[in-house]
Amino acid sequence: MAETRPYKKPLPRVDEESRGYWEALARHELYFQRCRDCGTARSYPRAVCPSCLSSATEWVRASGRGTVYTFTVTQQNQTAGFRDELPYVLAMVELEEGPRLVTNLVGCAPDDVRTGMPVEVAFEDVTGEIALPKFRPA
Amino acid sequence: MSIWGTTAVVGAWEHPTRFAPHMTAFQIHAESARGALADAGLTIGDVDGFFTSGVGPIGLLSLCQHLDLRPDHVDSTSIGGSSFVSHCLHAAAAIAAGLCKVALVTYGSTAASERFAVGTAGLVMGEPPDQFEAPFGPTIVGSYAMVAQRHMHEYGTTSAELAEIAVTMRRHAGLNPHAKYREPITVEDVLASRVISSPLHLLDCCVISDGGGALVLTSAERARDLARRAVLILGGAEAVRHLGIGRHDLLDVAARQSGPLALARAGVRHDDIDCCMIYDSYTITVLATLEALGFCKPGEGGAFCAGGRIALGGALPVNTDGGGLSSNHPGMRGIFLVIEAVRQLRGEGGEAQVSDAKLALVHGTGGMLGQRHSGVTMILGRS
Ligand SMILES: [Zn+2]
Repeated sequence: MAETRPYKKPLPRVDEESRGYWEALARHELYFQRCRDCGTARSYPRAVCPSCLSSATEWVRASGRGTVYTFTVTQQNQTAGFRDELPYVLAMVELEEGPRLVTNLVGCAPDDVRTGMPVEVAFEDVTGEIALPKFRPA
Repeated sequence: MSIWGTTAVVGAWEHPTRFAPHMTAFQIHAESARGALADAGLTIGDVDGFFTSGVGPIGLLSLCQHLDLRPDHVDSTSIGGSSFVSHCLHAAAAIAAGLCKVALVTYGSTAASERFAVGTAGLVMGEPPDQFEAPFGPTIVGSYAMVAQRHMHEYGTTSAELAEIAVTMRRHAGLNPHAKYREPITVEDVLASRVISSPLHLLDCCVISDGGGALVLTSAERARDLARRAVLILGGAEAVRHLGIGRHDLLDVAARQSGPLALARAGVRHDDIDCCMIYDSYTITVLATLEALGFCKPGEGGAFCAGGRIALGGALPVNTDGGGLSSNHPGMRGIFLVIEAVRQLRGEGGEAQVSDAKLALVHGTGGMLGQRHSGVTMILGRS
C-alpha cells in the first residue's frame, strides 16, 4: 500500500524475540506463541515462557476473531501522529484463543464501541515492513 | 530487630509551592530536605541514608552531589508515583537492619512550569512491552480509563459515582490553603468537564503542579529524643500488576496483594483505620484501590465512596489534603500521601483534622494502572 504522507506515530522495534511476529503481520497473519512444554499461550511474543521458563515455543495462528475486553475513546494525546487523528479508540481485544492485545478499533464510530463487542483483525500497513493488528466490528 | 513498630517518621515537610517557574526541581528537593530536617530537629550531617526516585535527568547520584551527601546507604527505587512510599518501607528496613540510622527521602518536580503533559503524552518506545502498545497511542490517562471502562462494564459503576470522589477531594482542598484548586465543584461540574479519555473527564484527572517534599526516618528509640511526636511505621508491603502473558484481570490491582499483607504485618484490621491517603491520579484509582484494599467488596466502590463516607466527618476520610485531584500532583505524589498521614497522626491537620486519628493507611499507585503498575501500602500509627 503506497503511503505517501509521512507516518509520524511510533513504529514497533523489531527485535530478535519478536521478529517472527512482525514478519507474519507484514503478511497479514496474526500469530501468538504457545509453550511446547507447559502449553501456556502468551501475548506479546517473547523467547522464554514465563510460566515454566522453557524456550520451546510454537507459533499458533490466531483466527483474528475476538471481543473488546475494554476500551477508551482518546480525546487528547499530545504526541505527533495521534494528535492529528483524535478521537481514536485505544482498546484491549481478547482473541477467541484467549490472549489479549493492546490495539486500536477502526471502522466504526468511537461512540458505537461497546465492551464485549465482537471484532475481527484488520491489518494496517504502515510501512513496507510493518503492519499493525487493529480490529474492526465483526 | 523487627521492622514493624521499631522505626518512625520524625520529620515531614511539604513544599508549599504549586507553580515555581523561578525554581529548579533540584532546588525543591534541597528546600524540602531543609524543611523536613528542621522539622525533625536534625541536620543534613545526621543523614546517612538517602532515598529518592530518579525523574528525567535527575538521578540519585546527581542529587547526592547537589546536596553534597555521602550516605552509607542509598535506594533509588523508581516504580512511579508510589516510589516514595516504597522508599519509606525500604528506609524502615534499612534502619531496622542497621544499614543506616537517619534516612532522608526527597522529592521535587517542576512539571507544571515545564508544561509537561504528565497524563496525555504518548508512550515513548522503550522497553519490550512498549513496541506492542506504543504504536496504538496509549496515554497514562487512557490506561486508567480502560480500567474504569472495564469496572463500569462488570459492575455498572457510573461516571457520577466517580465524580463524587473528585467532589470530595475538592471539598478537602478547600480546607488546605496551599491546594491548587479550592473552589467547590459538583458532580454536574465533573460530568460537564470535557472528556480526556472516556469515561474519564478533565475533573476525574489529577492536577498538574510543581512541588515536592521530604521525610526523615529513624529508629523509634532515637525518635524519643527528638522534637516531634514520632509516627511509627507499623506495617507495609509492595506489589506489582501487569498485563503479563495477556490474560490479566484489569480489576485485580496491586493493592489487592499489598493491602492485606500490610494490614497483617501491622496486626490491624480495616475497622481500626482512622483515615486513608490513597493515590488519586484519577478518580478510578481511588475506587479501584479501596475495593482492592478490602474496605468494600469488588464492585461496591461506587456506593462506598458516595454519601460522604470518604469525606471528613465520614467513616473513612480519604486524602484530607485534597489529594492529587485538587491539591498537587507534580508527576509523582507518593510522598504527599505520607506527609498528610503524618500531619493527621500528629494532630496537625487543622480544619481538616480527623478527630483522634491513631492509625492511617497510605497506598501509593505508580505507573499505568491498565498496563503495568506498582502498589505500595503502608500503615502508620501515632506513637
Ligand atoms: Zn511453559
